[in-house]
Amino acid sequence: MNQQPFTESTFQSYLARHKLMASRCSACGALHLPPRPLCPDCFGDDLHWTEVSGSGKLLAFTVIHIAPTAMIEAGYGRDKPYVVAVVVLDEGPGISAQLLGVDAANPQTIAVGMPLRATFVERGEGEGQRTFLAFQPAD
Amino acid sequence: MAIQPKLGRSVALVGAGMSKFGAFPEKASRDLFVEAFQEMRASVSRGLDPRDIEALYIGNYSSDLFEGQGHMAPLMADWVGLTPRPAIRVEDACASSGVALRQGIIAIASGLYDVVLVGGIEKMSNLSTEKVTDALSTASDILYEIPAGFTFPGFYAAMATAYMDRFSATPEAFMQVGMKNHDNGALNPKAQFSASIADVMEGKQRRAQARGLPIPQWTDEMDFLHDNRANPMIAWPLRLFDCSPISDGAAALLLVGGELADNFCTDPVYIIGSGQASDRSMHDREELTSIGAAVLASQQAYQMAGVSPADVKVAEVHDCFTIAEIIATEDLGFFEPGEGFVAAEEGLTTRNGLRPVNTSGGLKAKGHPVGASGAAQVVEIWKQMQGLAGERQLAADVEIALTHNVGGTGQTCVVHIFERR
Ligand SMILES: [Zn+2]
Repeated sequence: MNQQPFTESTFQSYLARHKLMASRCSACGALHLPPRPLCPDCFGDDLHWTEVSGSGKLLAFTVIHIAPTAMIEAGYGRDKPYVVAVVVLDEGPGISAQLLGVDAANPQTIAVGMPLRATFVERGEGEGQRTFLAFQPAD
Repeated sequence: MAIQPKLGRSVALVGAGMSKFGAFPEKASRDLFVEAFQEMRASVSRGLDPRDIEALYIGNYSSDLFEGQGHMAPLMADWVGLTPRPAIRVEDACASSGVALRQGIIAIASGLYDVVLVGGIEKMSNLSTEKVTDALSTASDILYEIPAGFTFPGFYAAMATAYMDRFSATPEAFMQVGMKNHDNGALNPKAQFSASIADVMEGKQRRAQARGLPIPQWTDEMDFLHDNRANPMIAWPLRLFDCSPISDGAAALLLVGGELADNFCTDPVYIIGSGQASDRSMHDREELTSIGAAVLASQQAYQMAGVSPADVKVAEVHDCFTIAEIIATEDLGFFEPGEGFVAAEEGLTTRNGLRPVNTSGGLKAKGHPVGASGAAQVVEIWKQMQGLAGERQLAADVEIALTHNVGGTGQTCVVHIFERR
C-alpha cells in the first residue's frame, strides 16, 4: 500500500485539500486523530489513512480574550475574542479546533454537547498560506 | 503494573527555603536561587555544611525562553558553591520541581547519595504577557493544540466549561477559591500578592482618589470580581483573578537519608509517599472534569504512604487557575467528583475549614514561577509542620500533609505525602 507518512505534514497537506484525515491501525482497528506512526493501543505500525466525517459534538470550549501572538496576527484579541473547542468526532477521537458561527460575546448560548461539523479556514498569504481545521454548529 | 512502589530507604526533609516571589527586574534567576538556598540553609536546625551536599536536582521549565539561558543546573550549583557536584535539570513544565523532588528522593532511596539539594527556579517577568503566553504554550502540543488558538488559561477554561456543564457549577465557585487564596497570601510575607481581594479593592479606590479620578464602588468582593473593568475576562469563564500571575522565584529543599535526619534537624519531616503519572493531550482524554494523571499519582502516593485522603491535614495543590484547585481537591479524594466546588463555596478549604488547601496563598496569590512552584509547595508544608507559618499557622498539629504539582494541562502530575513523627 502506498501510504503517505503518518505525520503532521501529511495531515496538513490533506487539510489544504479540505480533507480531515486520521490514521487507522490495521492490526487492532483503532482510529487516531491526530494521526500517528505507531499505534499506542497495540504498538502496531501497519496503518492506513482514512477520511473522517467531520461531524461530532462539543466536549468543552472557551472564549479567548487574551490571545497568543499567532492569533493576534490573525486579527483576534481583546477587541475580537474567539472561541476554541475540544470536539469529539462521531468516530470516537477528539481534536482541538477553533469554533466558528457561535456568539463569542454570549458564551452562555454555546452548549457543551451541541452537534458540530468540520470546516476549513485559510489564513496568511502566498508561501505563508495555511489551512486550519475549525468547526461550526451542524445545523 | 501491579507492583506496589516502595522506597528502598526512608527519606527525610531537613530544611526548606524560598525566595520572595514576585517580579524582580533587578534580579537574575541565580540571585533568586541564592536567596532560596540561604533560607534553606538557615532552616536546618542542627546546621548544614554545604560541602556535605552530594548532588543537585533543579526543576526549571524554560529559562531558555524566559531568560535566554540554558543549561541551568551547573550554573545554579556554581552560584551556591557546589561545583563540581553533579547537577541535573529536570523539566516537566509546571511540575518541574515536583518531579525534581521525586528524582532527589529516588537518588537517596537507591543509596546512591545521602544528602541531596532539590531546587526550583523560574524567572518569567522579563517577557511581555504575550511572550510569556507563547512560552507557556510550548508545554502543550504545538502541532495540534496551539494552531487551534488555545492558550494555557484557555485549556483550563475549557475544563471549567466541561465542569460547569457536568455539575451545574457557576463561576462564583471559582471566585471563592481566588478570594480564599488571596486571604491566605495576605498572611504570607513571601507571596507575590500580600493582599486580600478587599485590600485590592481599597488599593484601587485609593489610587483613583489620589489621581482625582472617579472612585470605583463595589458592594462587596463578589461585586468587584464580577466587574469587567476590575477583573477582565482572560478566557471565559476565567477572569484575571482566576489566573496565577507571571512570577519570578526560587525554592530549595534539603533531603537526606532517613537514618541521618537527626544529625541535621531536631524535627525532621519524612517523605512517605511519592507518585507520578503522565497523560495525553486534552483532546485525547475521555473526559475533562478530572486530571487522570493526578488521580493515578495520588493513588500511588497514598498506597506507598499507607494513608488515606482523610488523613491529610493540609495540602498544597496546583491552583494555576481557580478551577484547577477545585478539580485537584476531587482528584486527590478530598471530595467526591462534583462536590469540590460546593466545598469551596462552603469554605471547607479555608484555613479554619475541615480541609485547609493552599494555606500559602497557592499559585494564585503566592505566585507561580512555574519551575519553582512544586518545590515552593513543599516549603509551605515544611513551615506548617515546623510551626513556622506565622499568622497562617494552622491551629491543629499537622502530622500528614500532601503536595500536588501539575505540568501542562495534566500531561504530568506528581504527588508527595509528608509525615511529622
Ligand atoms: Zn493498534
